[in-house]
Amino acid sequence: MSINLDQAQQTFIVEARELLQAMEQSLLQLENEPDDQDAIGAIFRAAHTIKGSAGLFGLAPIVGFTHIVEDVLDRLRDGDIAVDADLIALLLKCGDHMLELIDVVASRGEALTPAALQRGEALREALGVYHPLHATTADAVTAKAADGESAEVLWHISLRFGADVYRNGMDPLSFLRYLQTLGQMVQVDTLTDSIPALENFDPESCYLGFEIDLRSTASHATLNEVFDFVRDECEVQITAVDEAPINPASTGTELVTQAEPTHRSTAPQRVATASEAKPRDGNYVRVNADKLDELINLVGELVIASAGASLLARSCNHDPLHEATSTVSGLVEEILDGALHLRMIPIGDTFNRFRRVVRDVSQELGKDIDLLISGAETELDKTVVEKIGDPLMHLLRNAMDHGIESAEARRAAGKSSKGHLSLNAYHDSGSIVIEIADDGAGLNRERILEKAQERGLVASGAVLSDQEIYNLIFEAGFSTAEAVTNLSGRGVGMDVVKRNITLLRGTVDLDSRPGQGTVVRIRLPLTLAIINGFLVGIDQATYVIPLDMVQECIELDEPQRDSSREQGYLDLRGEVLPLVHLRDHFNHEGPAARRQNVVVVRYAEHKAGLVVDDLLGEFQTVIKPLGKLFGALRGISGSTILGSGAVALILDVPALLNQLVQMEARTAQAPQSPLVVAR
Amino acid sequence: MSITHETTDDTARVGIEGELTIYTVAELAAALLPQVGAAARLELDLSQVTEMDGAGLQLLAVIEREAGINGTALSLTGQSQAVTQTLQLCRGAAL
Repeated sequence: MSINLDQAQQTFIVEARELLQAMEQSLLQLENEPDDQDAIGAIFRAAHTIKGSAGLFGLAPIVGFTHIVEDVLDRLRDGDIAVDADLIALLLKCGDHMLELIDVVASRGEALTPAALQRGEALREALGVYHPLHATTADAVTAKAADGESAEVLWHISLRFGADVYRNGMDPLSFLRYLQTLGQMVQVDTLTDSIPALENFDPESCYLGFEIDLRSTASHATLNEVFDFVRDECEVQITAVDEAPINPASTGTELVTQAEPTHRSTAPQRVATASEAKPRDGNYVRVNADKLDELINLVGELVIASAGASLLARSCNHDPLHEATSTVSGLVEEILDGALHLRMIPIGDTFNRFRRVVRDVSQELGKDIDLLISGAETELDKTVVEKIGDPLMHLLRNAMDHGIESAEARRAAGKSSKGHLSLNAYHDSGSIVIEIADDGAGLNRERILEKAQERGLVASGAVLSDQEIYNLIFEAGFSTAEAVTNLSGRGVGMDVVKRNITLLRGTVDLDSRPGQGTVVRIRLPLTLAIINGFLVGIDQATYVIPLDMVQECIELDEPQRDSSREQGYLDLRGEVLPLVHLRDHFNHEGPAARRQNVVVVRYAEHKAGLVVDDLLGEFQTVIKPLGKLFGALRGISGSTILGSGAVALILDVPALLNQLVQMEARTAQAPQSPLVVAR
Repeated sequence: MSITHETTDDTARVGIEGELTIYTVAELAAALLPQVGAAARLELDLSQVTEMDGAGLQLLAVIEREAGINGTALSLTGQSQAVTQTLQLCRGAAL
């Protein structure tokens, strides 16, 4: 029992966090479009669901606080109060506080920090402004008479709990506790007379009943909702007591009729939300990420095994067998695609999280900044999504803090006073590209160069392209820049950003135009586990080139062979294509094969030709990381096992290309000379 | 959860330590209910109870009822905060 409850509570925590996230999104949406009824509805539903589930687990602090929030939201939904910036800011803070409360539950009952408690109190007070009951306790009667709808009613609630209430994980007392938060409990009678005689008494069955008199402003519907969770096994009767009215103007019967219409109007609404939520629940199954990894690992092994099987089948010259294995490998491929897809999630959630960051930071800095998000539906591996959050956050903060100028400076530069920040994601040759662009002042090329020379990162005579200079801010030594007017802080921690991205097998580069803004481009692999490979052979060895990077294959004929060997590049339809002779690169001995081929690869804007002996075709490749011993090896990113059982090395094309670019940079000093690396 | 138990003269003293909830009521009921009526006076010490719910409340109510039937004088010698709060919530329904 306790284990089940524990699991249920874990689910509650996860769901509550998601709901709070959704609530935050809707609040931000509401800030932009104050009339958006859907957003208000979504916020209300989120708060309501959290309150309901928290009540189920007897988490009184969450229920108590959320209830106050919900009251305000209810009034917002009814149009009693209007949306304004203050209210949104307050509700956002309330969301934060609810998250804090939930975190306390998640960390197993450690108490809130005094600071958090204080924040909670302050929020309660602030919410009171929007709450007629709390705001006007002093002259409650007159205020309520004017309000006409939140008058206190004495409710009589009669409860008879069913025998299985405890066994279903509920405690009748938690309903009482919850009712306490709704109003003043004038009278409680605990009924124990239905407890059977000792012989028949089962301590785990519930025989309790309560007669409660509650003085509350809550409507009949609100009270009724409290018992939604036990409706099946509990008799509930809620009636308004006809008592001498507090305010002579309003009689008891009037109060009842007042309560009724609200009841009727909320009921169909609730039905609508329930039907809305249902299909969504049906669409998703929560799966432990570890199980998914295990599955993908197994599928990887399956791919290898099936490749081995079809290789054997081919050597048997047995047609039916051949046919069967090819069907199997077709299916295996589909399973692989499906399994990999399970891990892919859209990056939109991560992006949307930044709306709040942008909002808060821009207020903090006193700048007016708009965040534009595009490509939110672009999917990438879950692990990558999780790990890219921090670097992105850093880049965004940097852009807001140092990239976008103050409103005055922007106006002086002839730009609109509102700064724009854009987050964009798209797929490009087997990787995902995330762009963070601002329309700020751009980087100061001279300052960076000066700084870099001072720090010894660049030889004083070296001539660098703008691009190279801008990318210097990702160097480790650069982050300690002293206060340099329009450069200050820029670059702080950028080396950390770069390191994190490199760890994900990604790259980052930066482009900037003075006065127009800066674009940071992050390029990441789609998945970390499996790639579509292109097999090439050199001597007896086999190498794998990620297929996404292969552009085309051409034969290298005799005359071209000699000239290209001397020059180190090839004329590809008028384009200069630098060549890497893999045979030399990996020190294969023996004479070159009679026929040679060039595989043209592209990564980012660099293109090169890899000279190999044989082209062996496509192959689904499960990446096996190399041991630590080979960690320092450049140009190889991993290994894989072929169907024959032989090991093939996977080429690290980005690293190879980079090596090439660096070599070029060393030999070609003149900035205007045509770049040998084709762009 | 543990139960301490001692009997002096005509008074049985029973102390409950730990939870007084649905998880422990079955065990507690088996141990406590036979005590009721065994001695002329029954003193319940609830000062070490860490948690109490409706099922616990119900058990106390049964003990009280049985004590009345058997003519045992029942008294509470101690109550923890958890007990006090629960009893307050339902206005000391039992005891």
